Amino acid sequence: MNVFDEEQIGRLLRLLPPAPVGWVRAAQELPAARATLDELVARAEQDAAFRLQLQADLERAVAAAGYEPSSYVVSRLRQLLKAD
Amino acid sequence: MAVEQSDAQLVSRCREGDAGAWNEFVERFSRYVYAICTRGFRLAQHDAEDVFQEVFARAYERLADLRSDDAVRPWLAQLTRRLCIDRLRLQARDAPSDSEPGERELDDVLTTLDDAMDVRSALDKVGDPCREVLDRFFCRDESYQTIGEALDIPAGTIASRISRCLEKLRVEFDGRRGASRPS
Repeated sequence: MNVFDEEQIGRLLRLLPPAPVGWVRAAQELPAARATLDELVARAEQDAAFRLQLQADLERAVAAAGYEPSSYVVSRLRQLLKAD
Repeated sequence: MAVEQSDAQLVSRCREGDAGAWNEFVERFSRYVYAICTRGFRLAQHDAEDVFQEVFARAYERLADLRSDDAVRPWLAQLTRRLCIDRLRLQARDAPSDSEPGERELDDVLTTLDDAMDVRSALDKVGDPCREVLDRFFCRDESYQTIGEALDIPAGTIASRISRCLEKLRVEFDGRRGASRPS
């Protein structure tokens, strides 16, 4: 660690403003989003019709299944469908 | 003074599935990741948001793979750095530019942000009301009047409070520096 006086400490504090509240909240909701993703993946593996719906219109299919189509869920599902 | 949990302890709680630990994890490192995106790489807000979310998504998915819980901050820095570079290169493919900062410049920014995180950590240890006053003044750029109204204290006393709290923070920070110095 370096040696700082009060003025330098103040300057360092200024370098770390809070991230936008919505970004932080979205990141904090990742565990719930992950659980949603796991449920959707399990359902897609068992239900061919649902899988086709996801491939046709991913966000609408997620919403129609009663889940929040968060950016995390949508991006990870898109990656999984693409990888198949 | 506030009870402060080390990065390693927090990571360990996250790994055990502690419901509140992930919230604390995001709270503790969100400013750091945000600063790397916006100060280190000067990403536009929408790009910074995508990178920010991807950093925490990968951190959540890969926390179990972390070799040393103590190394979570450099791990996050490296992850953020890599994703910012990917984002800039993707943009450059569409519209070539020389917006990618140099290695040396980036290293300097990251070193300074690490110092800032050490100060932030000392501030957490100092706790409220100093943490609140200093955060509002330095990090949120609030005026004396706004701080006075929010905390219900006379605006005329804010400057002296800031000064006293900075001194307290410096003492805490120096104490940590002394404690971390090899004997």
